[in-house]
Amino acid sequence: MSARTQTLLWVAQRTSAAVLALCVVVHLGTIVYAVRGGLSGAEILSRTQGNTAWLAFYVVFVLAVAVHAPIGLRAVLSEWFAWRDASRDWALAAFAVFLAAFGLRAVVGLYA
Amino acid sequence: MKNLDVRVWRTAADASETGAYREYEVPRQESQTVLDVVSHIQRHLDASLAYRFACRVGMCGSCAMTVNGVARWTCRTHVAKVAANNRLEIGPLHNLPVIRDLVTDMRAFFDKWAKARGQFAGKRTRYDDFEPVSPVSAERVQVDAGIECIGCAVCYSACDVVSWNPDYLGPAALNRAWTLQQDVRDAAKSDRLRAVAGDAGCHACHTHMSCTERCPKQISPTAGIAGLKRAAAKAALKGEL
Repeated sequence: MSARTQTLLWVAQRTSAAVLALCVVVHLGTIVYAVRGGLSGAEILSRTQGNTAWLAFYVVFVLAVAVHAPIGLRAVLSEWFAWRDASRDWALAAFAVFLAAFGLRAVVGLYA
Repeated sequence: MKNLDVRVWRTAADASETGAYREYEVPRQESQTVLDVVSHIQRHLDASLAYRFACRVGMCGSCAMTVNGVARWTCRTHVAKVAANNRLEIGPLHNLPVIRDLVTDMRAFFDKWAKARGQFAGKRTRYDDFEPVSPVSAERVQVDAGIECIGCAVCYSACDVVSWNPDYLGPAALNRAWTLQQDVRDAAKSDRLRAVAGDAGCHACHTHMSCTERCPKQISPTAGIAGLKRAAAKAALKGEL
């Protein structure tokens, strides 16, 4: 992997971290607000189904996680487990796809 | 004054065996430095002790060791500052192979300076006039902040990322690269930025700041590394890396 690609991965991780900082605050704030009067599946669905703003927010959230987590794991795997060859990057690319696919599936499931 | 209880790392005579700390009793003296203690042991108690020093005044960067678990320049470290309960434990620097006792093999450390393109590349010849550099220019101020490195490897020894990633260039080499990137006379900036970007370079730094905490010259390699990260990121986004 070229120095440029490695540097762009760093940029992607920092950028996704900035997005996540905002998303996590909104997400936690929403949880605190939503559970005030107890929590039920029906109540959650009444807020999320057909709510395009909610859909857009969580699509961004999921994609930011799918970018951020594998890049962070890349450093953990190389530093703690000495896994530094190309197989590590392929495994992490697969992990990114896994996070994005299952995250988006959950988001769409609550929207539709 | 009381004696000091000093434990000093000694490598085993047989290279296949691991070394151990050996105990010595050293007379405590006024204004005594850790290097004074090591020298006393070598001259009066055990002539076989191997250690490295040269200038004794904090200029050459030869005498760095691990003192009570912390990397320090021993010639400028007073015993009074570090010897809790009159005890000292003195070992070789971390993150470098030990040649014998307190002497480490510094080759990897300096090879990484070369790898980080730590050499100045001038644009002018001897026939050209001097290039004026204003001492108050933003670049020169950055150079001033990092230029006093003495190459003692205290930062390298204190760095967690070096211990986890053997390819990591380390704080001193990156600090050197940063001062050259800020040198308006230098002509190798693109090559150097490529050399210090990515997994083995500045982007591997986790900003633990151990280097900045431990540097005996009060340099902040972390600040220089952050500057390199920004510069490399900009170049990568523009397709210039």
